[in-house]
Amino acid sequence: MLSSAIVLGPQRRDPIVREAIEDLVPGRNSSVAVITAGWEEREGEDEELREHVNRPLINLKIWARVESILEKDKELREAVRERHVTWRRVQEIYRLRLGGLLGSTKELLRRGDGDPLFAVEEQDSWELVRGLDAQHMARVALIHADFAERIKPAERETVQKERRELEKQLADVSCLLVAGGHVGVLLHRMQLFDVCSLWGDRPTIAWSAGAMALSERVVLFHDEPPQGSSYAEVMEAGFGELPDFVALPHARHRLQTDDSVRVRMLSRRFQPARCALLDYRSRFDLRNGEWTAQPNSRQLSQDGLVEEVVR
Amino acid sequence: MSMLERLESALAGGPAAIRAILGEVEFPHVEGRNVTFLFDGEADEITLHHWIHGLPGELQFRRLRRSSLWVLQIDLPRRSRMEYKIGVMRGSRGELVRDPLNSHLARDPFGANSVVYGEGYEPPEWTVEDPEARKGTVEERHLDSKVFGDWRPIQIYRPARFRETRRYPLLVVHDGLDYLKFANLQEILDNLIHRLELPPLIAVMTQSLDRMKEYAADEQHADFIVKDLVPQMEDLLPLIREPSARAMMGASFGAVASLSTAWRHPGFFGKLFLQSGSFVFTEIGDHDRPPMFDPVVKFVNKFRKKPGRPADQVFLSCGVYESLIYYNRSLVPLLQETGMQVRVREANDGHNWENWRDRLREGLSSLFPGPLWHVYE
Repeated sequence: MLSSAIVLGPQRRDPIVREAIEDLVPGRNSSVAVITAGWEEREGEDEELREHVNRPLINLKIWARVESILEKDKELREAVRERHVTWRRVQEIYRLRLGGLLGSTKELLRRGDGDPLFAVEEQDSWELVRGLDAQHMARVALIHADFAERIKPAERETVQKERRELEKQLADVSCLLVAGGHVGVLLHRMQLFDVCSLWGDRPTIAWSAGAMALSERVVLFHDEPPQGSSYAEVMEAGFGELPDFVALPHARHRLQTDDSVRVRMLSRRFQPARCALLDYRSRFDLRNGEWTAQPNSRQLSQDGLVEEVVR
Repeated sequence: MSMLERLESALAGGPAAIRAILGEVEFPHVEGRNVTFLFDGEADEITLHHWIHGLPGELQFRRLRRSSLWVLQIDLPRRSRMEYKIGVMRGSRGELVRDPLNSHLARDPFGANSVVYGEGYEPPEWTVEDPEARKGTVEERHLDSKVFGDWRPIQIYRPARFRETRRYPLLVVHDGLDYLKFANLQEILDNLIHRLELPPLIAVMTQSLDRMKEYAADEQHADFIVKDLVPQMEDLLPLIREPSARAMMGASFGAVASLSTAWRHPGFFGKLFLQSGSFVFTEIGDHDRPPMFDPVVKFVNKFRKKPGRPADQVFLSCGVYESLIYYNRSLVPLLQETGMQVRVREANDGHNWENWRDRLREGLSSLFPGPLWHVYE
């Protein structure tokens, strides 16, 4: 777990990373490093960020490093692909079970209206949902463990070489930035180099998918997807660097926060973790296990409301 | 007081009272499921012409007392869209006009109709140009068809940030030019790709020179798509050369062309998007459609006997106000029995381009799900 971190909302249009860096590592004009692996092939398109940050910025090019390894290492490439196929199947099966459980829980929430008999059933329902989420995380962890055991990625020369380079690059850096993008790509590519261990407990700023990847669990969500289920689902465990924190980026677009049932569905499912809405200018600060927030930062309440976070 | 009652009582107040209502209220006026149409003009008879299966073809307006105002009230379910024209009879001369009180128009290859929106329906915001969405491009080309022995016009949609080094899925669109003109296909692809609801893809729009023949389950047309169009596009464009990355779509006869092409070349296309397909069939005796349907009925009858497995995934949509809804509903269990993954969407709409436009988001994103669920920029 990090002792000192800042979590932000999206940074594309109204960035506040620079202020966050100045607050986190004050009075220093040292280099910062950034991970933009979630941007995939656009990983290197960091000009706007560079200009905004206005200090030496090293892009760790994690996505490109993995691409070049996979290009050379056929066995690893195949194993990664196979792992992805297995994960997708496991996710689909989990989704099937989740739909049933959340459907009945939602009905209890809708009809309960303060009835103590419903409240008891609702509590039990949440236990089942949380149990399923935990079971799913354990299943995905097994997929990763099996992959690690069979393929031993950390022992491969190509991986070790890139890891040594990363270690060198990170040595003189004062702060690590983890940008958003595709959360699965970001998480798995960071995992390959075990970037969190390389970085250790040093100041970190993450936004959007970056914050999701650093959390204890990655929660995928959209209340109005163009097709398919709108139930939030757990993808897998994150790096566990941000305690009791569920990152919900682009909440204004992705969540129907005026729907009290939907809000309660999320906040009650993941309690005691805080369901933090990460919109433009949202900012949550972590210091030695305690969270504070900047004005206008919001979270979901257990009562089905969106509330401003009290500092 | 209902709108009809308001109009009737305003008549007593004379033209000024009527004008006051017209200035204040939009017509057709929608109150729950009640829709009130109004026509102001001297005539012998006023009728409403529409294309809703299940209602009488012409609905008579009623003259309000002896004024020049004509009124008609109908029941329209929630979230419906209804296209119509007004028939004006003066003496022995009749004409069909668009509703002068209604500014909403729906365009199609034959011109434009007035359109009324039932309660709860709004044109989806993703169907209009989003200034934030990066724009793809549409290139006009001609394709040398060995099968037809002529040159065929096509349009190629390339997504924003197109790169030769990437590989893209392919969407083949029958009546593609009409989809661009009347169903905003380019804007919709731009928007859905921008919103990550679709992956960046390449769409190839085809337009037949003799649609009623070539789209009527014609073998030559199927060969044209599979032997001319796709191979030439794969030579020209960076496409993923796999059935799972190929989709074909069309509406009405275009849906028949899509299904029959896939049926004649099973497994070549992994995905089909069939909109309001003219899948007319017979159990016994002759069909009651025009002769152009003969080859369609022959094909659908054959398909029903031996459907095979034309593709892996099908998205089928149809309006419940279309006479074709019966044929489309009948097709669904058959498609499901083939083992294909089938999704169906019915809508309170008719056989028209805006119905097909409004289903594009769900249909396309169901066949080609974008990375939305995993991307948080």
